[in-house]
This record gives sequence, structure tokens and C-alpha cells, in this order.
Amino acid sequence: MMGHDVGEKVCNSLTMIAYRPLINEKVRARVERLELPFGEHGIDPYGAGKEELAFGFSIIEILYKYYFWVESRGLENIPARGRVMLVGNHSGGIAIDGLMVLATCFFELEPPRLAQSMVDKFLVKIPTFGALSTRMGQFPGLPEHASRLLEDERMLLVFPEGARGTAKLAHEADELVRFGSGFMRLALETKTPIVPFGFVGAGEALPTVANLYQLGRLLGVPYLPITRYLLPIPKPTIFQLGFGEPIRFEGTGRESEDELEPMVEEVKSAIRELIREGRAIREAKQDEEGES
Amino acid sequence: MKILITGISGKLGQRAASKFASRGDEVIGIDRRPWAEAPPGVEVHQTDIRKRAAEDVFRAFEPEVVVHMATVTHISQQSEDRYRINLQGTRAIVDHCHRYGVKQLIFVGRHTYYGAAPDSPLYHSEDEPPLGIHSFPELADLVAADLYAGSALWRFPQIDTAVLRIVYTLGPGRHGTLANYLRGPRVPTVLGFDPLFQFMHEFDVANAIAAAVDAKIRGVYNVAGPAPMPLSAIIREAGRQPMPVPDAMMHITLGRFGMPFLPKGAIDHLKYPIVVDASAFKRATGFQHSYDESETIRAFVEAE
Repeated sequence: MMGHDVGEKVCNSLTMIAYRPLINEKVRARVERLELPFGEHGIDPYGAGKEELAFGFSIIEILYKYYFWVESRGLENIPARGRVMLVGNHSGGIAIDGLMVLATCFFELEPPRLAQSMVDKFLVKIPTFGALSTRMGQFPGLPEHASRLLEDERMLLVFPEGARGTAKLAHEADELVRFGSGFMRLALETKTPIVPFGFVGAGEALPTVANLYQLGRLLGVPYLPITRYLLPIPKPTIFQLGFGEPIRFEGTGRESEDELEPMVEEVKSAIRELIREGRAIREAKQDEEGES
Repeated sequence: MKILITGISGKLGQRAASKFASRGDEVIGIDRRPWAEAPPGVEVHQTDIRKRAAEDVFRAFEPEVVVHMATVTHISQQSEDRYRINLQGTRAIVDHCHRYGVKQLIFVGRHTYYGAAPDSPLYHSEDEPPLGIHSFPELADLVAADLYAGSALWRFPQIDTAVLRIVYTLGPGRHGTLANYLRGPRVPTVLGFDPLFQFMHEFDVANAIAAAVDAKIRGVYNVAGPAPMPLSAIIREAGRQPMPVPDAMMHITLGRFGMPFLPKGAIDHLKYPIVVDASAFKRATGFQHSYDESETIRAFVEAE
């Protein structure tokens, strides 16, 4: 290794940040327990790096444990290893929900698992941020990536609503918009079980009243959310996250859209049910708080 | 076996020639450049592959196998001449192979065929079209030569044609795109980007070409060795200093302040990865690399 420290070598993406003191040693120990084929340089075959994961999850931990709070249920439905797709809803508010699912899988599962989401291409183009997300195993959303990761027995995080979902306004946060069928084809093709999840609360964290699409495009993002208090900064919020039992579908992935529709609908209704449960828990809690 | 190597005087050409000669193959070469220390028995004809003299070599030697490596791949060299060599030269070689009864043709191409872009997938498979030609027109002739060589598969089905898309090479030869880029003590990178790079030892490249000949493979194959490494890790392991430059400043920095020159389109190659899936080649030939990533970088550094 020519006398250099591994961490120093793999962190060019973070050159401008004195990141080392920010790494929580407990988080680093959890990264060591991830069952990923890290090589000699602390990098897995897709470029996910231990050092960047430790840094990234140390930052995410602050959001996950101190700024927000996630009440999760049904964690036992997530298999400890082997290919699986976590399929759920965006509840508005940029993609805080994705980040919280990522954190839940990393901090709550034993052993920890890395959920690999499919990020928007525009994120990959942002200096440092793009490099960091790639090094954390979050790749541009391409069908090639998705099927390769599943064939490698990884855990894929999928939001079939896509950007239509993150752009939900506060009053529609619990509703589901149109699901693409790509995720179902992928599941059938790779014979991957689907674990549905329902996420509640991101709409309250970032109460969006409007999205500015043209201004966003000028800034190189798909849209700019405007909240009740103008700034797109989320408020500290408690979220409800429920995972349902794994659903397995039989098929080839070459089915017509009409044949896929009932399968997609089955996943959608499982998610709808999990959202309803989460919403009930949330409201019971708010009532309690209101009375006390 | 009678093997003709075009571009034999290049570093990889020499490695391949030595490999074949050492195991008893009859080797002959064509190159515009001389090869002063060619091993005994290896005959080098100093001519252009598009000239009559080159065709005479085909006629007189009657090779069974042709390894075509006479392409100009330096991304820093951009000229009319380069287009002519890469396209007309490849055409001449394919035609001669057909006319003089060559059984096997190996086209040595580059994995940069696939291009680097924010939406390019990791682990390209051979069926993927090239991306990013619009942002890097300097690569267009290599892409065209690659596809043209592939067309020999249906135009002349009696020839076993293999198109190899080989990753960057590194080693004691200190030659090639990656070696040139890593030459100086300070290596420019794009601030906030750190793509995976895939490279293999030049000896392993020679072994891979030999494996392709032995297995008589037909078709298009990616060729790779060790697992990809982040660019910053390669730079540091080579004992160099990465010099992160903001993207917008890149084009005024390159070629100045002791930094290597790179065309504008090459900057995307410092931002986004080109990683290929070489499993089909390994299955078809049984090829295994003998130098891992650290040994390969060390071989490059120690030859200084």
C-alpha cells in the first residue's frame, strides 16, 4: 500500500472537507459489518467505499436520530441477506423519505444492510455530492444497474412514483400517484421478492405548497419546492415507516402492461394499507399530544 | 502458427509479439516505426498498412492469424492522418485478410468505445451502444473502426473475427493514455469527482490477446483484469499528487503548469466511470489476469 492510509486514498471526492473528525466510530464499526464484497482498497466492485459510507452514515445519523425520528415497524419482513426490492411511496418533501429508509436499514437491521437506491441523473452531475452518493452505493437509475445489483444479491430501494412522488404537495402527501411498471418487470425478470413499505410524514416535514419547475431547471434541478415558510428546509418531524410481508410474483418480465397491472395494483394496495396504518398511529399520537 | 501483427513497434505490439515468439509461433510485423530490439526471428516490415508493401507481406507470408493493433489511440493526437489510419487502415487489413485466406482476425480496440457520461452504467456489456461521442468527437474514429471491424463477422463469415475492447493498460512500458496522464508528479483531477478506473498490466494484455487466438473466439468481447479502482486511489498509489481543479477551470489548466494536455472531451472521462463487464471473455477463453491492481501500478512506478 506504499505507506499511505487507505482512508486518505479513497476520499478524493471529499478532498475539500475535513471529514475524518466527523466519522462516528460506532458507525464505522457497523460499516464493517455490512455484508458487501469490499476489496483491498475498501471499495466494492461498484465503487461503494467503506470510508465514504462511514462518513455519509455519520452525517445521516445526526438527521436520523436527532433531527428527525423514525418509528419503524415490520423490520422482520426484510430478509437478512439475498436479493430483495424495497418498494414504497414518496410522501413529498424532496427525498427525505428515501434517506430515512436508507438509515433505517443501516441502523436497525442486524446485520446492517445497505439499501441501494436509484438516484436521479442530475444528482450525479453535482460535484462532491454526486461522487459521495456513488461511493455510498447510490447509483444513477438505470435498468442495467438495477438488474445487475439484484443478480448480485443486493437490496434495491425503489420508488415507482419517481420524481412525480417527491413533487407531491403537502395536501396530497399520503396519496399515491401513478406507478411505473418497470419495477415489476425487473422483479419478475430477476425473481426478486418485493417488500412493500409505507412512509408517512415527509409532507409535514417539508410542507410544499408549490413546485417551481422553470426556476429549478435554471438551477439544474428538476424543480424547486416552495414551502409555507418559503425556504425548502425540512422541519424536525417524526415519521412512521412500516414494512409489509415480502410478496413474490411469478412471471418472465415480458408480460404486457395489461398483465402487469393487477400485480402492480397488489403492491400498490399493500403500500396503501401500510400508509393507512402509519397515518392512524400518527393521528393517535397527535390526539394524545393535543389532550395532554 | 503464422501470426502477423500490425502496429508491432508499439509497446503493446512488442509485448504481444514477444509472447507469441517465445512460445514458438512464427511472428511477422508491420509498422511505420522501427523496432530496433526485435527478438530474433521476428521480422518487422517498416511500411504503412495502407501501402502496397503491406499487402505484399500478406501475400508472401500467408499468415493464419492477424492481430490488428495499428490504430492511433492517443487522445491527444488529432489529425486527418489519424482518421485515415484508423479507418482506411482497418479496412485494408480486413480486405487483405479476406483476399489472402487469413483464418483469424483479432482487432485490438479500447474500452473507451463506451464513452463516459453521467448516465452511463457501470459494467458495460458488449451489446451496449457507445455514449458520449458528441462530447468527445476525438473518439469517433476509434468507435467507427471498432464497429467496422465487427462488420467483418457478417461480411466474411469464414474469418473468425474477434473485436477486443481492452481497458487502460499500465506497466513498465509506461505507454498509453493512462500512463501519459499519470506521468507528472501532479495529476489533474476534477474537483468533486472521483470515477472508477479499470486498467490491467501490459503483460496481461499480451496474455489476453494470446488467449483470444488460442480459443479462436468470434465476436465482440470486453477485456479487463483486476477490479476497478477510484482514480484518486490510483494517483496516490502511484506516488503522485492529485490536483483537484474546478470543472470550469479544467480547460485552461490542462497542458499548462506541468499538467498533461487532454482534449476538452476527455474531461468527462475524469468525472464519470467507464467500467466494463469482461465475464464473457473470461468464460470464452479461460483468461485470468496475473497482476493485481497494486502490482500493476508498482510495475509502472518502478520502471521510472
